[in-house]
Amino acid sequence: MNLHSEERLVFAAPSTLTDRQTHYCPGCHHGIATRLVAEVLEELGCIRQTIGVASVGCSVFTYNYILGDWVEAAHGRACATATGVKRARPDCTVFTYQGDGDLAAIGLNESLQAANRGERITVIFINNTLYGMTGGQMAPTSLIGQKTTTSPAGRSFRKEGAPIKMCELLAQLEGVAYAARCALDSVAHVNAAKRAIRKAFEVQHRDLGFGFVELLSGCPTNLHMTPLEANRRISEALIPCFPLGVYRDVTATEKAGA
Amino acid sequence: MKSERILIKGNEAVAYAAIEAGCKCFFGYPITPQNEIPELLSKLMPENGGEFVQAESEVGAANMLLGAGACGVRAMTSTSGPGIDLMQEAISYMVGSQIPCVIVNMSRGGPGLGSIDASQADYYQATRGGAHGAGRTFVLAPSTCQECYDMVQEAFDIAFRYRTPVLVLGDAITGQIKEPVLCHPPVHVPDDKAGSWCLQGMGDRAPRLLKSVYLDDGALASHNELLEAKYKAMQADPRAECLDTDDAELVVAAFGSIGRIARSAVQLARASGHRVGLFRPQTLFPFPARELERLAAEGKRFLVIEQNAGQMVDDVRLAIRHHADADFFGVMPGIFVDADDLLTPILNCMRDAQ
Ligand SMILES: Cc1ncc(C[n+]2csc(CCOP(=O)(O)OP(=O)(O)O)c2C)c(N)n1
Ligand code: SF4
Repeated sequence: MNLHSEERLVFAAPSTLTDRQTHYCPGCHHGIATRLVAEVLEELGCIRQTIGVASVGCSVFTYNYILGDWVEAAHGRACATATGVKRARPDCTVFTYQGDGDLAAIGLNESLQAANRGERITVIFINNTLYGMTGGQMAPTSLIGQKTTTSPAGRSFRKEGAPIKMCELLAQLEGVAYAARCALDSVAHVNAAKRAIRKAFEVQHRDLGFGFVELLSGCPTNLHMTPLEANRRISEALIPCFPLGVYRDVTATEKAGA
Repeated sequence: MKSERILIKGNEAVAYAAIEAGCKCFFGYPITPQNEIPELLSKLMPENGGEFVQAESEVGAANMLLGAGACGVRAMTSTSGPGIDLMQEAISYMVGSQIPCVIVNMSRGGPGLGSIDASQADYYQATRGGAHGAGRTFVLAPSTCQECYDMVQEAFDIAFRYRTPVLVLGDAITGQIKEPVLCHPPVHVPDDKAGSWCLQGMGDRAPRLLKSVYLDDGALASHNELLEAKYKAMQADPRAECLDTDDAELVVAAFGSIGRIARSAVQLARASGHRVGLFRPQTLFPFPARELERLAAEGKRFLVIEQNAGQMVDDVRLAIRHHADADFFGVMPGIFVDADDLLTPILNCMRDAQ
């Protein structure tokens, strides 16, 4: 038997991803997150009934990479826009993809209110602890002491408050069906992140409520780090501040009973 | 439904018209003097297979409207001036992304919290585009409850014809006054032709994208040229009510609720033998400039009456600039006037001419 007679494909781009080079900087985790969402949409087989809502930030061009129908929301308003989309097209899978400035600063109200209404949408939240697109300014998620272009002396608890913890906040809201925080710094974490993203779409498909995944990421460009350093920062500095885990899962009891 | 005449407020007429026009999504936030609209639609929308969402703010409401409009569904919001301020962001994005929707402004006095009384001080904001980046919306100005009903129905057709937000600019009087209204099905069978652009999941076709960002060299310039061409195309649809203008020496120009009071004042002046006519723009953008210019070319004089310190008067002066100028009489927002109050400035104007 000739072992080399057949090629076996073991890795390929998901059919839901366009064949296009991304505009992300080298070492940026946006690329991984974008791919994970595309893989999940492929596995769930729903891409042809999906409408994506793009946000304003480094992920503004996500619509160039993930197939499907897309609408561009104003900065921070993706959850409100997704609400309108879902109410108009209840049979479609609807998701947003947002950064931390977008979701947790300018759009905090729209995000929390959509979650509290239990909108049947899925929200992918990239927490890189700064505003990437506009040049590395302080975000509500910036760490205490983190130096950014607008906190040159480091974020102070006294003047700027502590980093906002979206999963912990959302876990209080009964409209949220699933909220989890994952990280994109290791193969094990990336695999866990994919399972969480899948779950966040499944709760939408099962009409259970709002699905949310926070992805701890790096921004080597604005952190002035090498990609490896920015990656290491996730386990060394981010995870201690933003613990990983599932913060709310209305299906958890189902499993226990099964 | 069959046509029937019922006694309702202008706000209620807006709500019934939206349902009859096939509006399937309403997003709103409470503000006086338009609360009857969301209140009534919170009942009528679900009864008619639509969605009603009380948004967290007008920011939320307008961005929900953007989402629903992007799906090619007939969608609407209503508010009053302070809410329109918060909606400007989404209006700008909808203009840029060519997303149709209907926005009702039952305006009130300002600036700031102002008052809840009638005001026409949102004319500039409505007709110039209140947001950054030079966007225009189609603007209708009802003066009666019947016009609230008819214009809201038509607003949806216009929104889809031009793929644009359409603003219906009333005020506390048009919203709160109660009159008999003939409720009827749409005059035309709505044909929104949204199938070629709306978001519905790509199915077996190519993906679609609705956006307002254009970063490539020259891309924004061509996009804006396309939008400007659309604003120009809208100029084909101006409308105004002309009453006794043919033989008039003096044409009184007024819109909305002040337009109907001015109408009564013009009739009083006629009854006492003065050759006065009324020109009442029913569309504010496009402004019915050509018709005004025609009247000016005939040698008529003009008096503009508004419930503000003078806004539409700019458009009247622009329209007639080659032939005449216009006088102005302003009623401050919050003051309630009747026909007699407006008769005095009309008669003064007639006397000055002699
Ligand atoms: C109303 C408004 N304010 C400010 C901006 C400028 N702006 C664009 S992106 C952005 C922040 C993006 O940061 P984030 O959401 O954290 O995403 P990232 O770029 O880090 O992925 C800001 C402030 C804008 N586009 N609109
Ligand atoms: S600026 Fe930062 S967040 Fe934006 S693409 Fe570059 S690395 Fe990624």
